[in-house]
Amino acid sequence: MRVVKVKNAVKRFMGATVLDGVSLEVDAGDRIAMMGPNGAGKTTLVRSILGFYHLDAGSICVEEHDPIRERVKVLASVSFIPQLPPPVKLTVTELLRFVERSTGTPVATVRSRAEEMALDLERHKHKPFFKLSGGMKQKLLIAIALARKSRLLIFDEPTASLDPKAREHFYRLLEAQGHEYAAIYITHRAEELEGLVNRHITMDLGRIVEDVRV
Amino acid sequence: MKNLFLVAYLDIRESLRSKWFYVYAFVFGGLMGLFFISGITDSVVMGFTGLSRLLLVFMQVTIIILPIFILVTTVKSISGDRESNILEYMLSFPISLKEYYWGKFLGRFVTVFFPVVVALFIGVLWGLVKGGELPWAMVGLYSALIFSLCLVFLGIAFFISTLVKSHDVGLGLSFTVWIVLLAFLDVALIGLMMQNRLPDGLIISIAMLNPLEAFRIGAIALFDPELTVIGPVAYYLLDTLGHDFLMLYAVLYPVLLGGLFALFGYYLFKRKDLL
Repeated sequence: MRVVKVKNAVKRFMGATVLDGVSLEVDAGDRIAMMGPNGAGKTTLVRSILGFYHLDAGSICVEEHDPIRERVKVLASVSFIPQLPPPVKLTVTELLRFVERSTGTPVATVRSRAEEMALDLERHKHKPFFKLSGGMKQKLLIAIALARKSRLLIFDEPTASLDPKAREHFYRLLEAQGHEYAAIYITHRAEELEGLVNRHITMDLGRIVEDVRV
Repeated sequence: MKNLFLVAYLDIRESLRSKWFYVYAFVFGGLMGLFFISGITDSVVMGFTGLSRLLLVFMQVTIIILPIFILVTTVKSISGDRESNILEYMLSFPISLKEYYWGKFLGRFVTVFFPVVVALFIGVLWGLVKGGELPWAMVGLYSALIFSLCLVFLGIAFFISTLVKSHDVGLGLSFTVWIVLLAFLDVALIGLMMQNRLPDGLIISIAMLNPLEAFRIGAIALFDPELTVIGPVAYYLLDTLGHDFLMLYAVLYPVLLGGLFALFGYYLFKRKDLL
């Protein structure tokens, strides 16, 4: 099943072409390590898939839906973790309530995923999210993303602030996902995701320069 | 709709924990306290005394402080959310842009409107305790005027936030809007009038397009239906518009203007890149 279809995507910022005719197809079961130097266009591509950017040319479909015109339908099946945990000012309880109401994911499910990541949410439930430590924030974002059972995971450097043990928990949770999904991991260290991915995509200067199955 | 109220509720909760909200509430609450301590209700200036006097001073202070507080805190919070990638994360959940934008607008409106109205009602209660009469109609209309003033500047602030992406540019633009509107309250227009370069009717019309001026005239008309405080312009305004229409204009025009700015802001929010 086709999850994402990007066709000749072009995006320019103030005259600079950041995506230069990118075409990409992602099917269910694809686990992609997306690599490339800074400024290669990786983040712009995933932000376009998430509907944050209007393309200058080309098109993107996520499960047959347009991320701009049908953002709710698209985002209902996508879990996203940004490169750095944002300094969200909501408390942990408020953030979980937001997740529950907007996605239908029960708070209990997120709590259970958090426990599997060795994160005790009960102790921190009244703390604003931004006051958690870097590792705890990342664990909570992972717990939320995986609890949603989305058909497309987009993780930007998901293990950057995790210690080795937390990374193990994260890999175990990914393996235990009991449904079919596609995943795009943006990373600079492909070796960290070895065993988790089955496809390497390398971008440079706004283009996909390599796309190999591993 | 459920997500709209969820976003509004979370924005209110977030604001209630923010420092800006405490400063804002303290400024209006503190001012009211200062009025009591300084015995403003007992003084007689320009023929006003008691609660009318207190409300008049409160109105003059509101004109200066309210707009800049609303503009700066709103622009800072929304542009700040964009720059710190909070917007990126929150909008990666399946909520429509309509629910997010209007939910934020509603939440922010509640947090800027209520401290001012609560301060106003504390003042009125204090006046009653001191033995004054409760001017119900005046308090009701004054609350409506504050509602309009909050709405128009919130609309402008949301428009600025979606128009510019940089936090610093947004703040600069907010200050410019505030200064221009304050300057056009009197200084600039009096200058034009004195130079006789433009017809008086046109100058007065320009003045009345300024939402701050609409608020000011409406508030003065509550205490002084003949508008004697503002001099000869009062004849022109009252002869052209009449007292009732003037009051209606003072309440409805800022609501309409704020609504239009908020709508333009929403249009830009939908049409432009979100980050």
